[in-house]
Amino acid sequence: MIDGIKIGLEIHCQLTSLQTKLFCSCHCDYHGKLPNTNVCPVCSGLPGTLPLLNQKALEYAGLISLALDCKIPNETTFYRKNYFYLDLPKNFQLTQYNVYGITSIGIDGKLEYDGIDEEKHARIRRVQLEEDPGRLVYENNDMDSSFYTLIDYNRAGVPLVEVVTEPDFTTPKDVRIFLNKFTSIVEHLEICDTKLEGSVRCDANISIGEGKRIEIKNVGSFREVEKALSYEITRQKTMSTHEIEIKAETRHWDDTRKITKQSRVKEEEQDYRYFQEPDIPTVILGNEFLSSLKTKMPELPNDRKNRFISDYKLSEHVSQVLIDNKWLADFFESAVKIYSSPKEIANWIVSDLMGFIDENNHHHNSQASMEEKRSELKVEARHIAELARLVDQSNISRNTAKMILNQIITTGEMPSQVVERTNSSKIDDKGLLSEAIESVFRSEKSAVSDARLNSKAANFLLGKLMQLTKGRADPKIALDLIKKKLIEPD
Amino acid sequence: MVNLCSLTAEQVVEGVKNNHFSAVEYISQILERIEKIESQINAFTIVDANGALKKALSIDKKIRDGEDEKKIGSLAGVAVGIKDNICTKGLKTTCASKILEDYVSPYDATVVKKLKESGAIIVGKLNLDEFAMGSTTEFSRYGATHNPWNINYVAGGSSGGSAASVAALECTVSIGSDTGGSVRCPASFCSVVGLKPTYGRVSRFGLISYANSLEQIGPMGKTVADTVMVMNSIAGMDDNDQTTLNNGAPKYTTQSKRNIRIGLVKELVEGIEPEVSKCIYSAMDVFSKSDCKCEETSMKSVEFALASYYTIAMAEASSNLARYDNIRYGFESNPDSYEWNAYFAKIRSNFGEEVKRRIITGTYVLSSEYYGKYYLKAQKVRTMLKQELSALYKIYDILIAPTMPVLPFKFGEKIDDPLKMYMIDIDTVVANLTGIPAISVPAGFSKGLPIGLQIMADELQEQTLFETASLFESTANVQRSPKL
Repeated sequence: MIDGIKIGLEIHCQLTSLQTKLFCSCHCDYHGKLPNTNVCPVCSGLPGTLPLLNQKALEYAGLISLALDCKIPNETTFYRKNYFYLDLPKNFQLTQYNVYGITSIGIDGKLEYDGIDEEKHARIRRVQLEEDPGRLVYENNDMDSSFYTLIDYNRAGVPLVEVVTEPDFTTPKDVRIFLNKFTSIVEHLEICDTKLEGSVRCDANISIGEGKRIEIKNVGSFREVEKALSYEITRQKTMSTHEIEIKAETRHWDDTRKITKQSRVKEEEQDYRYFQEPDIPTVILGNEFLSSLKTKMPELPNDRKNRFISDYKLSEHVSQVLIDNKWLADFFESAVKIYSSPKEIANWIVSDLMGFIDENNHHHNSQASMEEKRSELKVEARHIAELARLVDQSNISRNTAKMILNQIITTGEMPSQVVERTNSSKIDDKGLLSEAIESVFRSEKSAVSDARLNSKAANFLLGKLMQLTKGRADPKIALDLIKKKLIEPD
Repeated sequence: MVNLCSLTAEQVVEGVKNNHFSAVEYISQILERIEKIESQINAFTIVDANGALKKALSIDKKIRDGEDEKKIGSLAGVAVGIKDNICTKGLKTTCASKILEDYVSPYDATVVKKLKESGAIIVGKLNLDEFAMGSTTEFSRYGATHNPWNINYVAGGSSGGSAASVAALECTVSIGSDTGGSVRCPASFCSVVGLKPTYGRVSRFGLISYANSLEQIGPMGKTVADTVMVMNSIAGMDDNDQTTLNNGAPKYTTQSKRNIRIGLVKELVEGIEPEVSKCIYSAMDVFSKSDCKCEETSMKSVEFALASYYTIAMAEASSNLARYDNIRYGFESNPDSYEWNAYFAKIRSNFGEEVKRRIITGTYVLSSEYYGKYYLKAQKVRTMLKQELSALYKIYDILIAPTMPVLPFKFGEKIDDPLKMYMIDIDTVVANLTGIPAISVPAGFSKGLPIGLQIMADELQEQTLFETASLFESTANVQRSPKL
């Protein structure tokens, strides 16, 4: 750990589970729609239109606030953040602002997480609601060389929750762990489909020692956030060794070259001329809001983890891996419902299934590509449940089960079907096994002699037997039979 | 045949429904009247003769077919003009600005929708100061509106077209918007009745915002009864405007009441033109003779009202007008070879001088360095005014004042001196800052120029307001339309 590193985060999370945008009745889901078809007079900022606050968005932002242990003020309002940019239909963004009085939905929270060495927490400065701007599209996705700028307002007005942390992180690794935990929380709240492209975005700021604060933007995924921060630490440390002054600036992450670059557009100190939006009356939240949130609060990852440990007797580590990804945890519980063998099922998921998901997944560990990978897998809870049952009931060996899993992941067949088809049930019939052992004894005469002198060499014979039966022999019964036959007179 | 243009809205509905004349006959006379005198008045930005005749035909048909009262509507046949900062589907909405010269809204403002449902006939869009910023209609891209009582004088503003068109019998009633007196000022200057309702009583959906927290759409007419009829059509809660109040459907009447407790706000009369002051004091006598208890009263924080008003209005305006960047809509202009900041600058240089002045001032007062010094202080004045008013309304049912501190003046007299121009709003801005309803009623004349009496009631007390205004109207009996 390097002394004096301070990292803070600004996370934007789209409330994709809402039906409509933040201030109009356009659909919230703009993905895959033709440009500028998901718009109305309100979200395209036509003259004379007024914003109509989506009450459900308040509830969702309230749920995040509570999950992050925030205080919820008695009332909330919206502010205009005024600046000119092509992607802003009104040339101001409706957001919340706490400088002239607290208006955001949540303040002063914290989130605990398992840091690399110890239990840690990051303080949450605020949780606020705001509208997403439109999207700018450039030739070849490159702003610098593009001959044109196209504007798509489909995204304009989509509700965002902005979560701002205090600069409480000291290593990039912790940031990653925190972000995973945050993702799991919003997944458990069922307010954001984190696998949708652009649904969760994170900017970071970092300073080292006495150095100035650097903002890092344009980071595509959480793994990239970790990389960008590591890069910045190296860059800033090198600079200070050479006694080069670190100036406050905004840097963009270049995800092909894996470096941060000074923003081409010089971002001067902007005055956003914040003032309260007169068209949205102040919303009184009060105790009623708070108690209604509490009744709607689903089980959060921490509680779920504790339940996994106490009810299913899973280890802390396995429980943590499962709840870090709501999909996995749900998968686990569905499988357990079908066949109640939690430890066996958890092991299949954590040590085997996870491997398939993680495979080839190291370059783009964004939530989106993880989802892609997992949707390619044809395996469902019922498959794993059956696999666990077959192993438990000693129908197949663990090795066979692994081979079966390998197949059904791409075919979607049920394990029992595969067993039937390949006749790969364990051979536990003593008659059948004895026949096979006879044949091994005939072909491995010298080994048999050795084994008669040294009982440990019996394992070699067992290996040969397994080869012969393609792994289907029940090893326990087979070894007993081999040992028995060794002491029989020749 | 009678001159149908001079009828009140009440008489038009009566006449059309009972077949004394057809809507088409009446609208034809209105259109002829516009044809004849519009060149002298310049009240309209657009006249929709075809649309008006078509609607008149359909109303006549409904009546011939014996459709029921409700379908024909409470304003059946009445010619109404709409201020050109209120959106009308399929008819240009220009705000009298180059920036929106070709803009056609894809939707109707809520008031327009309600008026159409009530059977009113929209004859056209009415002239205003650009984006409703002004008190004389001289800041219109389409030229100033002339005062029908003397065409060398201003008609007031910013709803100059709305007031002048009614006074000049070019339409029977009209719709204006009032941010700091924009309905009441021209009503006073043109000797018609003009109402600014309680903030939130009428939907602002479709009103192109100048200063959202201050403005309301309001009706104008020759009589108090006509504004009541229009209010009964347009007021009420609207799902498209979350600042509208949940106060039930309007059922206002014009019965005149006596024994009203009335206070004349002396700070609003002090230092005004003596002719106006004299007229207001005689209005007090009119009330006293009608068994009302009348006295002078004081409202100290009025002193800060004007500064507060202009600070807030300009701040909100600077943000509201930011969207006019010619990217999604606007006028013909080629952005080729411009960097976007340069293009924004080029486009926005097309605003008129007064609009630019307000955007720049508003930008300044909202900057983080000055926010506390100006904007926040201005908001505190609003709270002070509200507190003082609520104490006063425990003693009085009604407060009165002049609508304007001056008589209508000649073109160009104040246009080069913004401060002088802003000063004449001193009597009207209190109602906008506090949200209370206020109405201007013709009170008399001096040198042939109209004077208006302003009547102010407490929040949502429009009924008391109408009763007081009706009482005054029937007693004072002031002339409503000039010979032209």
